[in-house]
Amino acid sequence: MVETDQAGVPWTAPRPRVPAGPQVPGGPPSRATRLRAGLRPYRVVLASRARSQTAYRVNFALDLVSSVLTAFAELAEIWVLYRAVTGIGGLQFHQILLVFGLADLTFSLADLMFGHCDNLPTYLRAGTLDVFYLRPQPLLAQLVTSDITLRRLARASVGLAALIAGLAVNDIAVSAASVGLLAVALVSGVATFAALFVTAAGLQFFIVDGREMTNAFVYGGRYAATQPASVWPHSLVVVFGYVFPMAFTGFLPTLVLLDLPSPTWLPGWLGWCAPLAALWSWALALLCWRWGVRHYRGGGG
Amino acid sequence: MSPTEPSTSGPIIETAGLTRTFTVRDGVRRRRLTAVDDLTVTIEAGEAVGYIGANGAGKSTTIKMLTGILVPTRGTVTTCGLRPVRDRRRLARQVGVVFGQRSQLWWDLPVRESFRILAAIHDLPGDVERARTGELVDRLEMAEFLAIPVRQLSLGQRMRAEIAAALLHAPRLIILDEPTIGLDVLSKQRLREFLVAERATHGTTLLLTTHDMGDVERLCDRVLVVDRGRLAYDGDLPGLGRTTGAERVLVVDLVAPSPDLTAIPAARHLDSEAHGLRQRLAFDPDLTTAAKVFAAVTERVDVRDFTIAEPDIEDVVRRLYARQASG
Repeated sequence: MVETDQAGVPWTAPRPRVPAGPQVPGGPPSRATRLRAGLRPYRVVLASRARSQTAYRVNFALDLVSSVLTAFAELAEIWVLYRAVTGIGGLQFHQILLVFGLADLTFSLADLMFGHCDNLPTYLRAGTLDVFYLRPQPLLAQLVTSDITLRRLARASVGLAALIAGLAVNDIAVSAASVGLLAVALVSGVATFAALFVTAAGLQFFIVDGREMTNAFVYGGRYAATQPASVWPHSLVVVFGYVFPMAFTGFLPTLVLLDLPSPTWLPGWLGWCAPLAALWSWALALLCWRWGVRHYRGGGG
Repeated sequence: MSPTEPSTSGPIIETAGLTRTFTVRDGVRRRRLTAVDDLTVTIEAGEAVGYIGANGAGKSTTIKMLTGILVPTRGTVTTCGLRPVRDRRRLARQVGVVFGQRSQLWWDLPVRESFRILAAIHDLPGDVERARTGELVDRLEMAEFLAIPVRQLSLGQRMRAEIAAALLHAPRLIILDEPTIGLDVLSKQRLREFLVAERATHGTTLLLTTHDMGDVERLCDRVLVVDRGRLAYDGDLPGLGRTTGAERVLVVDLVAPSPDLTAIPAARHLDSEAHGLRQRLAFDPDLTTAAKVFAAVTERVDVRDFTIAEPDIEDVVRRLYARQASG
């Protein structure tokens, strides 16, 4: 019934048995070598994405310019607002520059690396996600490294300029503590916003048309992060102070840096807790992602 | 072969009672829909299997369970000696899949660049990558469009590139979902020749879904027919024809308009066109041969041209379904 004349043919496929990369003679590859080999797939994809975005120079330049203009418009909006009043939530314009700089720089960097995660509904509809399943890398790592949005660099540069201006115009004592706090705030801020993108992607498994909804959190979160949390209404405090800890990306570190009084419900020492906020965000993000993937595969949950 | 590698000696695909149900929302009511129902099948390494069935019969769902994309509702599945969901990443190194509408290539990049990225994704060392890419470019005749972005390729070129992309890491098992759909006769022919050669060189196991009887006839030594999620037939192609009594059709173009060619032995007149200039006769290949029918026709009329139509796969499947329904 079944022709088995092919069954005896030995499998002679030239598949490698060891990871690629230079081998150390006379010993197993070092950890660094293995790590480099492990990262190679992502590096190659990202390099090709970057090349294809910069291939059309005029186009890319226009993208950069429009990004800078958008970011400036938002900064100008804040400036106009603070010109009209003497201060909002106990912060003056030169002080809010720091909040804006920190939040916008970290958001832009996270957006650069993770922003395309909200393409997930498109990937789901086109079946691209199924293609990710057929490759020997973790799904989320493939999604994150499937693209890089270089024009966000323009936006990040506006955030950086605001941050530098904020640091210059405010009276901040240069000390190990202030430099350390700044570094911690920057790294944690990027991680927190990145987690926000991943959370949104995880939720999009359930609500394929839910990009509008998750955008409300992602971009609403970013907007909230550039404002003094002391004026947030109670509902915003719950959502962006604790659940998605946006206050930790700009506002709270700024209070510590400038030694300003803090609202009672967000004590000032929380400014040092940005890494905890980032960890919490990632725990939430990975949970949402896992939950979403389980839903997609139909494994219950 | 190192001991940590999965066994290459056992069956390449083994399912037992494999079942998958979906909950679909029908207005406000929810109902269970069984896409794959109690599928038990074993495919040995090196086999070439055609997996056929009507649209919605459960073919894609089966493939997704074989490759670890979907979790089975019930039953077990082993692919290349691995559990597809648990060992997805290890399995990905041994299976190549071309899904009908899902492209693995980067739309805006030249074909060559896509291959380079895929080689990195599969950890192929430089020399293996060069050798394998060279082999595939050669056999699939892709040299002329390697530098062209994927979005500018013709359908035939794109399908060749997709198949090369799925085969770049020299998988033990290749799963092709409708590989020849929409291709012209020549492209189909080339693709089939390539697959035959690829299997002869590497002993690759092939599982393909198709609506094209020619694919099954030229590529597969075993046929699985699935009907509403259940396995309806497992055997070779001639056996399927015998089971269903599928007929071949002789189409003759005549020199002059002629009356209907009735009463040809073991053949049945189907219809005539253009006052009998073109006539179609059905015959059962088990009862007679095309040559005998043709000889009987030429005794009566002058034939200008003729073709023999293979039984349509949809027709075979329909007949099989009908047979099953009537018990």
